[in-house]
Amino acid sequence: MIENLELATLQEIWWILIATLGAVFLFLNFVQGGQTLLFDVAKTEDEKTLIVNSLGRKWELTFTTLVTFGGAIFASFPKLYSTSFGGAYWVWTIILFSFIIQAVSYEYRKKPNNFLGQKGYESFLLINGVVGVLLIGAAVGTFFTGANFKLNEYNFVTWTHSLRGLEAAFNYFNLSLGLFLVFNARVLGAQYLLNNLDFNSVPELEDRLRKSTFMNFLIELVFLLVVLVSLLVMSGYGVAENGQIELMSYKFAGNLIANPLNIILLLIGLGLVIWSVYITKFKDANNGIWFGGTGTVLVGLVVFFLVGFNNSCIYPSLTHPQTSLTIYNASSTHYTLTVMTYVAFLIPFVIAYVAYVWRAMDLRKLSLDDLKEKAY
Amino acid sequence: MVEAIDIGMVNWARALFALTAMYHWIFVPLTLGLSWIIAFYETIYYRTGDESWSRLTKFWMKLFGINFAIGVATGIILEFEFGTNWSNYSWMVGDIFGAPLAIEGIAAFFLESTFFAVMFFGWNRVSKKFHLFSTYMVAVGSNLSALWILVANAWMQHPVGMVFNPDTARFEMQDIMAVILSPIAVSKFTHTTSSSFVMASLFVISISSWYLFKQRHQLLAKRSIVVAATFGIVASLFVGFSGDEAAYEDAKHQPMKLAAFEGHFEGDSPSGLVALGIVNTKKQPGDDLQSFHFKLKIPGMLSILAQRSTTGYVAGINDLVYGNEAEGVMGVEQKIPLGKIAVQSLADYKAAQKSGDEAAAANALQTFRENEAYFGYGFLEKPEDSVPNVGIMFYSFHIMVILAGLFIIVFALFLFFVYKGNIEHLKWLLMAGLPMFFLGIIAQEAGWVVAEVGRQPWAIQDMLPVSIARTNLDSGTVATTFFMFVALFTALLIAEVKIMITQIKKGPEEVK
Repeated sequence: MIENLELATLQEIWWILIATLGAVFLFLNFVQGGQTLLFDVAKTEDEKTLIVNSLGRKWELTFTTLVTFGGAIFASFPKLYSTSFGGAYWVWTIILFSFIIQAVSYEYRKKPNNFLGQKGYESFLLINGVVGVLLIGAAVGTFFTGANFKLNEYNFVTWTHSLRGLEAAFNYFNLSLGLFLVFNARVLGAQYLLNNLDFNSVPELEDRLRKSTFMNFLIELVFLLVVLVSLLVMSGYGVAENGQIELMSYKFAGNLIANPLNIILLLIGLGLVIWSVYITKFKDANNGIWFGGTGTVLVGLVVFFLVGFNNSCIYPSLTHPQTSLTIYNASSTHYTLTVMTYVAFLIPFVIAYVAYVWRAMDLRKLSLDDLKEKAY
Repeated sequence: MVEAIDIGMVNWARALFALTAMYHWIFVPLTLGLSWIIAFYETIYYRTGDESWSRLTKFWMKLFGINFAIGVATGIILEFEFGTNWSNYSWMVGDIFGAPLAIEGIAAFFLESTFFAVMFFGWNRVSKKFHLFSTYMVAVGSNLSALWILVANAWMQHPVGMVFNPDTARFEMQDIMAVILSPIAVSKFTHTTSSSFVMASLFVISISSWYLFKQRHQLLAKRSIVVAATFGIVASLFVGFSGDEAAYEDAKHQPMKLAAFEGHFEGDSPSGLVALGIVNTKKQPGDDLQSFHFKLKIPGMLSILAQRSTTGYVAGINDLVYGNEAEGVMGVEQKIPLGKIAVQSLADYKAAQKSGDEAAAANALQTFRENEAYFGYGFLEKPEDSVPNVGIMFYSFHIMVILAGLFIIVFALFLFFVYKGNIEHLKWLLMAGLPMFFLGIIAQEAGWVVAEVGRQPWAIQDMLPVSIARTNLDSGTVATTFFMFVALFTALLIAEVKIMITQIKKGPEEVK
């Protein structure tokens, strides 16, 4: 049945799947946010141990989602994969670097004779939580603001800026998006820990986490406003009726209005994030993560939808706009997208067993007693 | 197609990929094999309820975790390195190559990472049965991920199931089943996973030998050896079988690789296999030098390996480079001009399309289609560029094979004496067991050198040389990245080894 769908439909389905993976990744960044809380919220060694062990049971999910996100883009939009990774070389290389050092840090941090010391591995977690997330935000920002590349007639990429992608971080919009994600991850991290930990042996930590949720939200709000207002007023690249790619005024405001679903998702998403912070701070609720997480996913979806649909460019070229990428010119073939769509039917099963295991493992809150048996 | 090829960049990018892959492959085989061995131990615990099996399971699991982390860390780089350093490749074959990578993520990595948390932290949180199930799921997940990445690798060795689209300038997939079930994919998967089981068994043998040598944890060591040696011997036999199959497939699809790892310059029939030899590294295709300073040959054996017949003709490097009409071998020398026609006609096609000259476009396209099979050869400068480094290939292949044979003997001896009951007194055997894991690593790395160096100069066999597959980057950038990764990986490796040794010295938990 899938094989009978139009190519354009498959391209749209796959952009929605990529958006979903990306949005879920932003939610799972609570791990990265939680890692940064080690440095200001945790005050004692016990608190640190609890936080690391709580996050340490989830970090691989985030990591796996990132790897799958990369693989899915490779398979469904190979031109985006080759242009962005090969072009914006340094920004991606540094992001990867920050994830390599994260991957060993949980396991090695407390092990005797670990060569780089506990502080070393904790600083790795901080770098991953700050630099990694910030640059991911900056890289995603270039989907809106554009990047410095040209493609030749064989679709091979040449980058036209000497910083090879790092220049993205010097654009106020990209930077704001990155900082928004960093603080959003910290909000989610605090909310996740409130949900996951047993505070009987560390009563003060609970209070600090609530405060941290609120304070980080206030900072997040500043960057969120910058991002939102900029999006509403900025110009964006799109495909005009004559097939030419042009810079269009109020492109993203137009995209937002063009599909009411975007507005609904955005409002519900933002509402849920605000609600989650409110109940965490003022109602002593410990389930804020579910609202904050869902809200993040919805806002994340809108971010990807705004650049993907309504004849927009998912990766505009600033120097050679006609070589800009859209979901229609950057995708795999009808055949490959069909095959991959069949594979995507596995996703509900994956979500089901992840949810089942998450629930089974977290039925009881994590306490210091649990860590006597096996701990990071 | 590509204006000026920066060979320095290509070589740095190759070095970076080789570095990442070789570091990655120190840890991954252990993950692939140890996950099964641990699952077997836990099964025995589940069936018997004997707590000493639980302690044994947890001990090996601890070592598994230390190893797993660094395997994950080095793995993510490989996926993204295709994009960062080989972006032309990523575009040209992303339509095919991306699919197994995405399937790997969806169908394997989540299985592995989700159940990994249960396996490690779920002892008191889920039922014994579910825990055992989770341990098996980690083994299944990690081996499934190996399946998909090896399908991807096999496709690079033997591209099937696709067609070149001149409009998009890329290869496009036509038949996913041909990609998945390609004979190279099957032999690659079976050979790689079974050899990983061997390596994990050697890991257990090495550590258990050390305990017996030091007269510590003797029960644990002997029990570990029983399971590991049994698993190892079965896996070893399979390695031999699948390795033979891999060589046979090489002869069909990558004859240059086979000729290179055998140092086989002149085609002959029946063809002998050089069992041992010292390669003359000065020897070049087409010259009169001897290819070996010394060699020990088994008559007719290469014919059996490559052609499944005692008298089969096996083409040598010279035949493959310069052609041998009598034997029906087309040489690279004859393929290059046809390849250049293909490359030029593709450029003509593009130019004609741009100027709107449909007749010229159709003409150019027809010429392209006629010579398409040699497209990749159009980028080679001279026929000799198609020959991988014979010295590296010969030694890597022979070291791998000799070690594989040795491992069978080692497993058999350990199994025999552990059943006989006196293994702890056989110092010579325990001494011999100690370095086995390191020899296992050498055999593994040598195997990948054969597979990957043997594919040079191709990124995709016959289709796309590495010089075109690269990203348009300057060599300084890639060299900087290379040294960044050398420093990082080395630091992490030192950390891993130190932690591992400390944990091994500590040993399993004692009975409380």
